[in-house]
Formats: sequence, C-alpha cells, structure tokens
Amino acid sequence: MTEEKKGFFRGLMNKITGAGEPPSAAQVGEADGGEAPARPGFFERLKRGLAKTHEGLIGRIDTLVLGKKQIDADTLEELEEILITADIGVATAVELIRTLEQRLKRDELRDGEALKSALKEEILVRLSRHAASLDTVGASPFVIMVIGVNGVGKTTTIGKLASKFAASGKKVLLAAGDTFRAAAAEQLEIWGKRAGVDVIRHQEGADPSAVVFDACKASLARNCDILIVDTAGRMHTKVNLMEEMKKIRRIVGREIPGAPHETLLVLDAATGQNAVSQAKLFKEAADVTGIALTKLDGTAKGGIVVAISNEFKIPVRYIGVGEGVDDLREFDPDQFVEALFQ
Amino acid sequence: MFDSLSDKLDLIFKKLRGQGVMTEENIKEALREVRLVLLEADVNFKVVKDFVERVRVRAIGSQVLQSLTPGQQVIKIVHDEMVALMGGGEDNSLDLSAKPPVSIMMVGLQGSGKTTTCGKLARYLKKERRRPILVPADVYRPAAIEQLKTLGRQLSLEVFDSKADQDPVDICREALKYAELSGFDTVIFDTAGRLQIDEYLMNELVRIKEEVQPREILFVADAMTGQEAVNVATGFNERLEVTGVVLTKLDGDAKGGAALSIKAVTGKPVKFVGLGEKMDALEVFHADRLVSRILGMGDVLTLIEKAQSTFDADEATRLQQKLKKSQFDLEDFKNQLQQLKKMGSLESIMGMIPGMGKMMKQMQGNQPSEKELKRIEAIIDSMTRKERADSSVINGSRRLRIAKGSGTSVQEVNQLLKRFTEAQRVIKQLQKLGPKGLMKGMGGMGKGIFPF
Repeated sequence: MTEEKKGFFRGLMNKITGAGEPPSAAQVGEADGGEAPARPGFFERLKRGLAKTHEGLIGRIDTLVLGKKQIDADTLEELEEILITADIGVATAVELIRTLEQRLKRDELRDGEALKSALKEEILVRLSRHAASLDTVGASPFVIMVIGVNGVGKTTTIGKLASKFAASGKKVLLAAGDTFRAAAAEQLEIWGKRAGVDVIRHQEGADPSAVVFDACKASLARNCDILIVDTAGRMHTKVNLMEEMKKIRRIVGREIPGAPHETLLVLDAATGQNAVSQAKLFKEAADVTGIALTKLDGTAKGGIVVAISNEFKIPVRYIGVGEGVDDLREFDPDQFVEALFQ
Repeated sequence: MFDSLSDKLDLIFKKLRGQGVMTEENIKEALREVRLVLLEADVNFKVVKDFVERVRVRAIGSQVLQSLTPGQQVIKIVHDEMVALMGGGEDNSLDLSAKPPVSIMMVGLQGSGKTTTCGKLARYLKKERRRPILVPADVYRPAAIEQLKTLGRQLSLEVFDSKADQDPVDICREALKYAELSGFDTVIFDTAGRLQIDEYLMNELVRIKEEVQPREILFVADAMTGQEAVNVATGFNERLEVTGVVLTKLDGDAKGGAALSIKAVTGKPVKFVGLGEKMDALEVFHADRLVSRILGMGDVLTLIEKAQSTFDADEATRLQQKLKKSQFDLEDFKNQLQQLKKMGSLESIMGMIPGMGKMMKQMQGNQPSEKELKRIEAIIDSMTRKERADSSVINGSRRLRIAKGSGTSVQEVNQLLKRFTEAQRVIKQLQKLGPKGLMKGMGGMGKGIFPF
C-alpha cells in the first residue's frame, strides 16, 4: 500500500520553506549528515521526473520527423505507436492521431515542428478541458474519500493532504478506513501525529463502515472543516471489495448529507494501460470526482494522465513528485505539458 | 478485453484464405496487430520490437500447417516464442542450497508489495518444512515494521525485533547473527521501497547485500507497471544482481506484460506470482499461463483453479448427484448463481474462457447482467422452501406473493420460472446425451451457455 521514506531532505526542506509539518516531524528525517544541496524548484523536479518520458516521447518523435520534408499517413501511424508506448493509452492515442490527420488534411502540418506543436496543443486541450482544482469551501465538514488499488500511495497522499490543510488553518480529521492491511491504521496515525490532526481508528479487522460512521459523528461533534477517509487498497476487479467501498460511501452520505464531496482516486504514475481499467471501474462503482497521480518522481511516467483525463473526464487534482509533504502539488496542465515537451 | 489477439488475427486472415505460404506482404498487418496487443499489455516497446522481428523471421516462408488457419499459425509462433522468452521449462525454483541460515532479500519500488510478499513467502517456506524468520528492515515508511510484525503474528512466525531508529544495515547484520544462534534456517529481509535512481538508498541495499550475502535477491514487481518496468528492473539488477522476480497483484485485470519486459532485459526468471491480499495467495510462476493471459487466449487453468478455490467441493458433489437424478431445483439454481458471483464479475469469468470473447459480442444484450442476477436471487429468496423444491406448485396467487415479496413483477417471476424450466429440460437432455453430446447440446441452445 502506501509506502514512503523520509529522505534527509525532509527536515531540511521544512526549515527552508517553513511550510508543511510541525517541528516534531522535522527532526525525524536527519538520518545522514552531509552538505545540503540547494533543493531544485518544483518545476525542475517535475521536469526531471518527466525527463525519461520526454526522452522517450519527444526524442522518438524528433527521430521520426527528422529529415522528413512532409508529414504523411505513415508518419502518423508511427507516431501513434510512440504515443501508446508513452503510456498514453490506446484509445487516446488513436483519437489524437485522428485529430492530427484532420489537421494534416487541412494542410496545417507542414513539417516536424508543426507536428510537434500541434501534438502539444492537442494534449494540452485534453488535459485542461477537465482541469479544476479541489475547492473545499462548499461544505463543512468537507468529506474527501480516498480510494485506489493496493500500493499506489493512498495513506501517504492523505498524510500530505492533511498536513497541507492543517497548515492552511483548517481543522482536519482522518478516518482509518483501512482495517484490512496489517498496521495500516498505525501508519495513518503516524501521519496524523506529524500533521497534528486527530485520527479515528478501530481495531484491525473491524468493519470499515463502522470506523467511517464514528469518524462522521466525530467530525460533526468536533466541528471539523475537513474529514479525509482512508480506505483499504482494493483490486478494481474484486466485486465484493468494490461493494464494501460502495457501502462506506453510503454510510458517509447518510451521516453527512452530500458527502463524500470529493472521491479521490489515487493512481500510481508507473502504472501502464491498466490505469484506464482502474479509472473505469472505480468511476462506475464510486463516482470518482478527482485523481491524484503519485510517484511522478521516477522516470518514464505520466503519459497515462492524458488518457485518464481525456477518456473519463475526471480532473487531475494533485500530482506527487517526491516524498516530502511539499511535493504533493495541485495539478497544472500548462506546467505539465510544458515539462513534457521541453 | 474481449478483443483478443486471436479474434483480430482471424479477421485479418479472412482475406487471405487459401494462401499456403506466409509472405512478407500478407503478415505485415498481422504483425502490426501483434505489436499493438503487446503494447497494450504494457510490454516495453523495445522488447516488442525485437520480439516481433523474431516472429516475423520465423513466420515468413513457413508452410501453413494443414490443421491450422494462418491466424492460428501466427498465434502459435507468437505463443511459442513468448513462452521461450519467458523461460518456459527453465528451472525457476528458489535456490536455498547453502549453509543455513540462508538469506533471501526482497527489493523493489514503493508499493510493489514487498512486505506482503515476505509474509507469503515465509508461509510458503514453512510449508516446505523450513524454519524462516522475517526481518523488517524498512525503517522509513511509517508502521512498516509494525506491518511485518502483525503478519508474523498471523502466521505464527518469528519476526526480528527491529526498531525504526536503527540503521537498516545494522538491523540485517544483527538479525542474521540472531538467526544463526536461534536455529533458523532461512532469513527473509524486507527492505524499504525505493526508486532505482535514489543513489543513497540503493547504496544502502548494496551494503545490506554485502553484509548478509543473500542466496536469493528477489525483485518484487507490480504486474500493473507500464513501460517503466524496464528501467526499474535494469536499475535494480545493475546494482544488486537480482536472482529472480516476484510478480505481484496479478489478481487484477492487468495483463502483466511488464514481466516479459523484465525477463527480456535482465534475463532473470520470474519465480513467484502474487494473486491476492491473503497470505496464501502466492504461486509458483508458470510461463505458459502468463503468455495466454497476455495474448487474451483465455486462461482456462486459472479459471479452473479459481473455480476450485471458490466452489464448495461438497456442494459440487451434492449438485452432481441431484443432476443425475434430475432433481435440480430452484435452491440449487440459486446456489449456482451465488457461487458464480463469488468468482467475480460475469464478464471477467467469460474473458477467461477461450473463444468466449467472440461469443460475448454476438450475445450482447442476451447475457444476464449482474443486476438481473440479483433480481433472480431476490425472487428465489421470496419463495417458500416447498416452492423452491418443486416449482410446479407455484400458481397465480403464489406468483403474486413472490413478486410482491421480492419487489418485482409477476412477469419477471414468470420469466424466471420459464427459464428455469428450460434449464431443467436442457439438463435432462444433456444427461441423456452424455459428455460427448454436451458440446452439441450447447451449440443448439442458441442463447449461449447459460440456460437462464
């Protein structure tokens, strides 16, 4: 499930930025001495994270159009394959190529550069069409339910979100709805301590709906602004687990009318074509309203975001490019595409 | 999922009926399909390129066997090549032949399932009559040590008492010493998840490796990984010389093409696959099964195993007896439905049966949906025991009561009864025909395999 490690940067970074966690958390990170290199900016890190995608995607497109005087149907066919291999997803790749074909017919794509900028444009259009950041003002308590398959980083994302909201002065409550995996609640508790927010938990093996019920009651009684519900990782193909999740949703909705106000699907950026299937089935079962894309700090990643936001019309809310609290950022399509194509 | 490679190739080769030899020209399109299927299954594009080239070389000029259509022939070549690539027939068992205590190290990205796999592996080794001890060396993720300790408690296995403020290398050194003194013969080290580009943490792994001299270093990979799998596997292999791969989360609908990429670039065999969250969901890897899964050829073996694991054996014998005596009643009908539901969605089951992909398409609209199944259950639940045992007693007023009780209409009750009577009739016929007539009988049913 959610895994994270505390790079020694964490403490350091908090000191520099002054944001994020309370001081109690700042000291845990210093595992190793050493000089403190200047932390690269967020855009730099995003760019670096996407560098391999960039090399793979743009590098190959460059090779493809190199020396070509004219863009023809064959070029586009090869481009389609390149897009698929960038984890962009088959359906979206096909659709992108169809659009480019039309533009080709209108004689808009005269050379490689034109093709590249047209592709960039089309990807940006698809990403920004459904872009919207998460607005927690509408309700109180604003309930965020976090779901996803095993090991994508749900609990870690919740920890970061909690710190974020707490730092901006909101009263946050966490519900440890993962009662299945060993020590999942302990993990959330540690995050809660770091962020200085309360965690509602039961024993391992308890009914997650019961935990959530208690958490709803508590959030009302304590006048919380935001309630974040953690859930156990579940394979989207397991019917009984998906039913369990629906039940949690029903309980939340019954106790707090209109809740969950946000159902956040967490996706691992390293996931390939299966992310499409995950998004589809989770959307069917739980009406996903937003996506958090984690682990973007690896290498060849991120293409799948285009597929998801295009095919399912779900806005990407957050992306995670590192382990620090500060590395969970709101998604900005312009920035993302810029990093992808630069 | 239902657009299996065989369906697609059949379509392409329809045009080519009657051609005896495969040429460059006529398999070009087929190879494009093969390429797309592999890419869709998350096989790395470089691996795909090499692979398709190999298939092309073998396919061109090969005589089409009399018993096969060209499409089948290409699939056969693809299948064989892929099994060969995955190391089918190679020995992929754990190598633990060393002076005890033997060390096993688990490495991988965050969230790939290392800790869970550690627990499963320890359970597997215990069954193999070894004495394993688990060593949590993940001091970074909150509660990771606690997680392994909890798993140890569940499995009644000893877990080394690591603390989160210790250095992982120290933990491993001490644990190995402890294991030697306490008579454990296998030590499983659970390391923290890390990115292959994280210099500091990769160095830590190298230090652990030098310290414990593991006989096996298992790289734990998520079956859902995309193109990235190659970079990750190469990164870990270069620094650590892994000895094998564990492919986790294969219980979802991911094709697991990542395994193909990993094997192709590292040459390291896949030793185990993880098929669920429970501690017994670890299996020895079979190359041919994964290949069938990637090619969408249906995975009958897995289906059978799945069926065996969910179907209650006693229930099955009871049903068989009943079928023989033609006493199949509504109660059995419902039990069947429930067991079917336990195995997952209808669609996913159908996908595992070869050829069903095509059939499903033809049947679209005819197949019972999950919702319908639920209704059928509700209707049967609203019947009395007597009615379930003998559906002929259900008269008009009973029908009305059942409809009211189940929140459906009399029409729906009628429909169910009609379908059930049909099913009974078909079963009776099949009994007469014997196993050989089974297929013929199914063909004649028109509506598909399900009598309801």
